[in-house]
Amino acid sequence: MAPKKPRVTRNPELIRGIGTYSRSQMYHKRGIWAIKAKHGGVLPRHDPKPKPQAPAQKPPKFYPADDVKTPLVNKHKPKPTKLRASITPGTVLILLAGRFKGKRVVFLKQLPSGLLLVTGPFKINGVPLRRVNQSYVIGTSTKVDISGVNVDKFDDKYFAKEAKKKTTKGEGEFFEAEKEEKNVLPQEKKDDQKTVDTALLKAIESVPDLKSYLGARFSLKAGMKPHELVF
Amino acid sequence: MVKGRQGERVRLYVRGSILGYKRSKSNQYPNTSLIQIEGVNSKEEVAYYCGKRMAYIYKAKVKKNGSHYRCIWGKVTRPHGNTGVVRAKFKSNLPPRSMGARVRVFMYPSNI
Repeated sequence: MAPKKPRVTRNPELIRGIGTYSRSQMYHKRGIWAIKAKHGGVLPRHDPKPKPQAPAQKPPKFYPADDVKTPLVNKHKPKPTKLRASITPGTVLILLAGRFKGKRVVFLKQLPSGLLLVTGPFKINGVPLRRVNQSYVIGTSTKVDISGVNVDKFDDKYFAKEAKKKTTKGEGEFFEAEKEEKNVLPQEKKDDQKTVDTALLKAIESVPDLKSYLGARFSLKAGMKPHELVF
Repeated sequence: MVKGRQGERVRLYVRGSILGYKRSKSNQYPNTSLIQIEGVNSKEEVAYYCGKRMAYIYKAKVKKNGSHYRCIWGKVTRPHGNTGVVRAKFKSNLPPRSMGARVRVFMYPSNI
């Protein structure tokens, strides 16, 4: 049937479950008497429309012993993690763990998976374009002007590992096959790094001491208490 | 963990010492340990450290995964008392010989 506008009832509710008008009053209000008069004393009947023949299904070979419950449909789509207020594009972050722990790094954007896209820049401290989790990072109050950088092309698929090709191993070739491919970084990724970094380096060099600040590593020293530090 | 490269030594953890297990006068409960974190002296200061991960690192004779060093991971759960001592739960209970030993309290998962 064509979608109808939801009909407002002619019977205003006094209390939930009880209407203002009785059955006979509603019969009169709805005009059933007029419809019957038009059709010679009988309420018109519509025969059900013939349904299109459903394709014949074979009876299944196997019936489970107990009734199997079908799980409820889940249409929930996860959102990327909420970004802390201290982390905005262009903030200098301190990495707390991993290969680059202690390095100060520039935050570019948050990827759809929730991870943060970050770059050294590579020339300054050796940190390439990299993803990092928000929990393993301290946001400082230092900001870098990031307006000259275009980060639209980076997303999680850019950082996906390449699928390993399965090679059949022959007995004799067993030891040779191990040496095959070293992971060479494709030239395309090196060029991406360069384009992002050149725009950033201009912004960094315009601020005094920022370059050496980003090159230096953060470390806790004697007497430093993290719960009292202001970053 | 010791790495074979000439890295700069950065310390991104706070030192702590293991005081013992959670206990009453004559009963102890080894599933929770008490840790004294350096520089933390009151219950309010502990709020920063709640939830932070910590590691108890020790040496063993047999090499596992290519190293003589082994580690038990845990986290700070809550303050203990008024003067900055902290309760911690580890993946497996700390061994009794760890009492008085060093523990590393990391700054992650971070919230600043």
